[in-house]
Amino acid sequence: MSLSAHDLSVSRGGIAVLEGVTFTLDPGRALILRGPNGSGKTTLLRTLAGLQPPLRGRVQAPPEARVYAGHADGIKAALTARENLSFWADIFGGGDVHAALAAFELEGLAERPAGAMSAGQKRRLGLARLIVAGREIWLLDEPTVSLDAPATAMFARTVRAHLAAGGSAVMATHIDLGLDEAEVMDVAPFKARAAALDGFDEAFL
Amino acid sequence: MRAILIRDLRLAIRAGGGFGLGLAFFLIVVVLVPFAVGPRGDLHSVIAPGILWLGALLACLLSLDRIFALDYEDGSLDLLATAPLPLEALVTLKALAHWLTTGLPLVLVAPFLAVLLNMPAAGYAPLLQALALGTPALSVIGTFGAALTVGVKRGGLLLSLLVLPLYVPTLIFGAEAARRGAEGLDHGMPLAMLAGITCGTIALLPFASAAVVRVSLR
Amino acid sequence: MASLWEYANPRKFIATSDRVLPWVGALALACLVLGLVWGFFFTPEDYRQGASVKIIYLHVPAALMAINAWLMMLVASLIWIVRRHHVSALAARAAAPVGAVMTIIALATGAFWGQPIWGTWWVWDPRLTSFLILLLFYLGYIALWSAIENDDAAADLTSVLCLVGSVFALLSRYAVLFWNQGLHQGASLSLDKKENVADVFYLPLLVCIAGFVLLFVALVLLRTQTEIRARRMRALLARERMG
Repeated sequence: MSLSAHDLSVSRGGIAVLEGVTFTLDPGRALILRGPNGSGKTTLLRTLAGLQPPLRGRVQAPPEARVYAGHADGIKAALTARENLSFWADIFGGGDVHAALAAFELEGLAERPAGAMSAGQKRRLGLARLIVAGREIWLLDEPTVSLDAPATAMFARTVRAHLAAGGSAVMATHIDLGLDEAEVMDVAPFKARAAALDGFDEAFL
Repeated sequence: MRAILIRDLRLAIRAGGGFGLGLAFFLIVVVLVPFAVGPRGDLHSVIAPGILWLGALLACLLSLDRIFALDYEDGSLDLLATAPLPLEALVTLKALAHWLTTGLPLVLVAPFLAVLLNMPAAGYAPLLQALALGTPALSVIGTFGAALTVGVKRGGLLLSLLVLPLYVPTLIFGAEAARRGAEGLDHGMPLAMLAGITCGTIALLPFASAAVVRVSLR
Repeated sequence: MASLWEYANPRKFIATSDRVLPWVGALALACLVLGLVWGFFFTPEDYRQGASVKIIYLHVPAALMAINAWLMMLVASLIWIVRRHHVSALAARAAAPVGAVMTIIALATGAFWGQPIWGTWWVWDPRLTSFLILLLFYLGYIALWSAIENDDAAADLTSVLCLVGSVFALLSRYAVLFWNQGLHQGASLSLDKKENVADVFYLPLLVCIAGFVLLFVALVLLRTQTEIRARRMRALLARERMG
């Protein structure tokens, strides 16, 4: 169950941002994307998740193996932590809500409405969702935003357990999680070159 | 599949969910009409079916922008789009949840508001039939409009502009059935047309809505 | 023979339309002047309607183009959905305001004619009502185009709206017919009917219709060029920002 990209070009608002991205991610491996803000990490992750079509090239992944976690947590303020997780567990086909709560030490907050949680707690709840989704390939965009040091360690532990169980992960992050098995890929070399300006084609460039 | 429906219903009835807002709006419209047209009971009973239909339609419109906008803002829609559930099923369930929280309550209170407008006794059954058959179409068409405006900030006004012309056939046949019923005429024909529109929209529009949501998420 | 799809390239489109545009524009002007002068000053007055009948030289062509503009947008939207040619989507966008204005002209001239003949500016006649609904569809379509920032997404969404809108516009047409029987006379022109308008009115009317068609083509070509250039400008600005 590996994820691979072949000569992938991704675009934002019709303009190519990255081109020629090629990699293969085997089970048990993690890939960390690095690059300055606006370099196209989010666009790449959304393309890998299948949320937007690639401009050129292709993404190969087994069907229904990917789960994406972006900047927003997908948490409903009016529902309790447990209700939020149960919902996602139902949608993705019955993951273990209890284990997910335990992994991010949310048991004490299980019955609290998500609206009454702090930003860091909400983030933990959003990440716990990855566990209940029960999918092999995690695509994470800045997963550690608003997490404190113990929570970051919690997250690193969870990722390591996921990799050990044969899963894989692609994440855009600037924090060193201490994952020895992770490869690091800088997206800067893949920055799309602007096409020559003489004449313009269907893309208006 | 049930999980989405249950979550949407739960969100609607919890604090801040907006449940009951549509009903209150419906009540206000019906209460304001006699003030606007004058205290003439005979006139009220003539226009009652139309006013009730118009009020129900506007009350439906009021809650449309909640269908996708909230899920879009908090990132749930991204996650739902990558979930095993096809988007076509998602938009259908969203429309169903909208109908259960908005359309169905409107149908149920309509007879009580009809009393306020002196509607002839013969009109109650046709009005209920027409509203029960027509409001699902309002929800399904509205879901399409909501999907079109998902990515637009403060798209409420645009949503109304897009959806109201699409509501015209439903309104015409629905109000016509209720009006003919109230006047003691045969209302089978408009009711059948209304049922046709509802079935057609339920069968076809979710595909358009799903395609539109997919585009908006890109 | 060159394929039609060559013109899907924006550059080729601009080059060709630049050559064609003056001719189409001049021909449109000639037809309109000829048709309107002929119609207004050199045809007899109707024995019942008097001089009011002459408004058909504006009313009928505008009403025809109001519907045809929407049909053109529908075809262009389908081409965009199937073949992803940007020019097609932009042509649909360019045609919408023209179609909306044609609808307004048809409604306004109808009202001016209705006042002396029917004794009222407006009746909820099926035809009039259908045109009013068509105007609402145009307005919604235009508003959706301008509300969405991403050009490709806007093209996709408006194309779907155009398709769905066409179905609902047809539905509305039949619903309105059911709702109210009409006051409006039958079609002024048709190919398979004996009872057309009298020949003296017929020829200048045809010239006016040709003028309106050409005017529509000229305006859409011009506006499509503008849309292409605006689009290219936005693309270049976006590229500049990305560095």
